[in-house]
Amino acid sequence: MSATVQEKKRPEFRNIHVTQIIRYRLPAGGFASFLHRASGALMFLALPFLLWLFDLSLASEPSYVRLAEVFSNWFVKLVLLGLCWALLHHLVTGIRHVLLDLHVGIEKEAAARSALWVYFISLPLTLLAALRLFGVL
Amino acid sequence: MAAGIGPKRLVVGAHYGLRDWLAQRVTAVLMAVYAIALGVYAVFLLPSGYEAWAGLFVPLWMKVATLVLILALVYHVWVGMREIFMDYVKPTWIRLLAYVLTLLWLAACAVWSVQILWSV
Repeated sequence: MSATVQEKKRPEFRNIHVTQIIRYRLPAGGFASFLHRASGALMFLALPFLLWLFDLSLASEPSYVRLAEVFSNWFVKLVLLGLCWALLHHLVTGIRHVLLDLHVGIEKEAAARSALWVYFISLPLTLLAALRLFGVL
Repeated sequence: MAAGIGPKRLVVGAHYGLRDWLAQRVTAVLMAVYAIALGVYAVFLLPSGYEAWAGLFVPLWMKVATLVLILALVYHVWVGMREIFMDYVKPTWIRLLAYVLTLLWLAACAVWSVQILWSV
């Protein structure tokens, strides 16, 4: 009997340490929520960059023209694409969190489903942004 | 005696953090409405070019609305970043340092945005 108990021993997690994150299987809602934080922190760090772009777009006609040059750089495009994803994911999960706060879709199955729907909405929109940024659209 | 001081002051309880929690949601809704409205208008209705884009920010009410939105964003970001630091940064002095740097970062961004908006 003790052998079967040994076999069925499952990993136990108390306060999760950074080194355990990879082995720890977060539920879909938890993972979407984690990315909500990560995308928020990313946009926080990018604030001065976005303000700089906003400044270029408004300061004068020549600076507006220069903005187009900045946008033509592939690395800038990549950064902007990352920020587009961050904004879209943050927005969609944010709407989901507010709905959960209002007790909409709070049941286990509905919440698990809406956590997946986050990607069905945010990722195609990110793809659209990518096509627009890299000049296909 | 004022409610916030003296032997009956509230040191723990369910209302701690409620204001920040609520403010984060209110600012989120404001930003979502503003961002979606501006995005749809700029992409689908506004003619392209500097004149039309900059012209959008010339009226005083638009400058004020945009600045209020940026201040809402700053408050929203502060609540969110503070939450992240509280959860993951355990040593008190590093967490305090992170708070201070975040506030300085956000204050600088807010002041810069005033300069950007009022230069149009």
